[in-house]
Amino acid sequence: MLKIVRYGLLVASIIGMSSTKVLANDPIKKLSKKHVVADTINAGLKLPTGFEALKVADNLGRARHIAVTAQGDIYVKLGKLSSGKGTLRLRDNNKDGKADDIQSFGNFIGTGIAIKNNYLYTSSDDAVYRYQLNANGEVMNTEAPETIISGLINRRQHESKSVALDNDGNIYVNIGAYSNSCQIEDRKKGSLGKMPCPILDSAGGIWKFSASKLNQTYENGVRYATGLRNVVGLDWNTQNNQLYVMQHGRDQLHDLFPEMYTEKDNAEKPAETMYALKQGTNAGWPYVYYDPELKKKMVAPEYGGDGKKVSTDKNFADPVVAFPAHMAPNGILFYTGNQFPAKYKNGAFIAFHGSWNRAPLPQEGYYVAFVPFKNGKPSGEWEIFANGFAGVEVVTSTRSAQHRPCGLAEGPDGSLYVSDDSKGTIYKINYTGK
Amino acid sequence: MTSIKKGLIGVALLLLSINFLGFKSDIKLPDPIMASVLRGKEVYKAQCLACHQQDGGGVPHMNPPLDGALNVNGNDKARLIRIVLNGLADRVEIEGEMYSNSMASHKDLSNQQIADVLTYIRNSWTNKAGLVTVEEVKIGRSKLR
Repeated sequence: MLKIVRYGLLVASIIGMSSTKVLANDPIKKLSKKHVVADTINAGLKLPTGFEALKVADNLGRARHIAVTAQGDIYVKLGKLSSGKGTLRLRDNNKDGKADDIQSFGNFIGTGIAIKNNYLYTSSDDAVYRYQLNANGEVMNTEAPETIISGLINRRQHESKSVALDNDGNIYVNIGAYSNSCQIEDRKKGSLGKMPCPILDSAGGIWKFSASKLNQTYENGVRYATGLRNVVGLDWNTQNNQLYVMQHGRDQLHDLFPEMYTEKDNAEKPAETMYALKQGTNAGWPYVYYDPELKKKMVAPEYGGDGKKVSTDKNFADPVVAFPAHMAPNGILFYTGNQFPAKYKNGAFIAFHGSWNRAPLPQEGYYVAFVPFKNGKPSGEWEIFANGFAGVEVVTSTRSAQHRPCGLAEGPDGSLYVSDDSKGTIYKINYTGK
Repeated sequence: MTSIKKGLIGVALLLLSINFLGFKSDIKLPDPIMASVLRGKEVYKAQCLACHQQDGGGVPHMNPPLDGALNVNGNDKARLIRIVLNGLADRVEIEGEMYSNSMASHKDLSNQQIADVLTYIRNSWTNKAGLVTVEEVKIGRSKLR
């Protein structure tokens, strides 16, 4: 028995030693002697040196996209009603960084939310609404939003309608394809693609509407870009006046075409891709996908591809940045603040929701990445900015991830906000230089 | 040191090793179920695991969980058989949550494969429900329009 106890102590001390070692390797904790406090302050996140994080609010429900007013209030769009309401306003009265006043309004769920010219825009899964804001950034009438657009396709899959606004009075709405790869039978092993893919007439792209005209439908908008399977994160880059989007690449190459793709191919292909759009851009879904290893557009197996056949179609755009497969980029934000070090200025933060379609291999993502930009073009490699949302080292099944990054917003003080739609946590990330 | 304590430690170590080997849910099953579960596991890996995950946990808001699910553990085996044969493309609420991904029909699987995979999911993870027989799948298939 004593031997067993001794053995147990030995095991415990080995575990203890290894975790100390991990802490010592962490650059932030190396600088600060207050290990436990630093961990609490950073809300479980691993950040570059000089940054710290805190939880503004917790357990809000399915916190999808977020927007912050000039006064610092945070509006949160919910993917599931909370006490019958679908939008939250978080306020921090005592300025300790934590929300101490939470209001809710709006009886619809959705994802998209944005603030522009004294209006709060929010979307359901088939419409876009707006609320007028007063001089304090408060919604003037929570009961009567104006309907800007309605009747958008919502067929269960890829249903969220995210929004971004430019500086010329336009709003851009993602309408995701209600399909994985436009197969005759969706997600059916070996089923071929419909030619041409009929989904693209009303979905699988970005539509542009007036941001101020009421009651618009498809007829009032233009299909701004097509061949985009599903975009959840999109942002207007004010430096070069252009819309950037993050596409969720197709799933299940191995499951659907096992004779052409291995499980490893399935886990690593295709890339999650960023596109810089112009009116008329075609990103190629469902006909092609982007192979991150070969760095080429490949013909999809539903359309005659075999995993090796490179697309020669000149109509399809190349991505600006290619990320690892299936990580589900749900938010993109071009950082224009002055709080963070110069390298972050005008660069893109991307919130990766985390994968599920890498199984049986371990899942990936569940972090916020950063890509430096100069004049609207990436000026360096992408890197992980904030990690540790999942709360576990390895995510083997998606449900074991505790937090999943979804939305991003910049505060008036230049801090970065990240929403999590799993536990409903809102994180605030600051640069202190310490 | 009492022998009871020794025994407890022994049991604990045994349970631990069983857990590590991943046999926890299989070990106590009667032979016919066990045989079906083992065959069903292979079908699961090839047909189901990608979406429903290896722990049967599904993907929140996309692919419903099988582990602990009433639809899987319940007595309505006919409904379960129907879902595998027809797929599930409707917007349905399952235990208070909506799931967005569509499931394709799997009617090209044999009755044996369907019986095995359903027996597997009903006897894996925390699930402890009975066998689904080939005969039950056959009846389910005959009712398809």
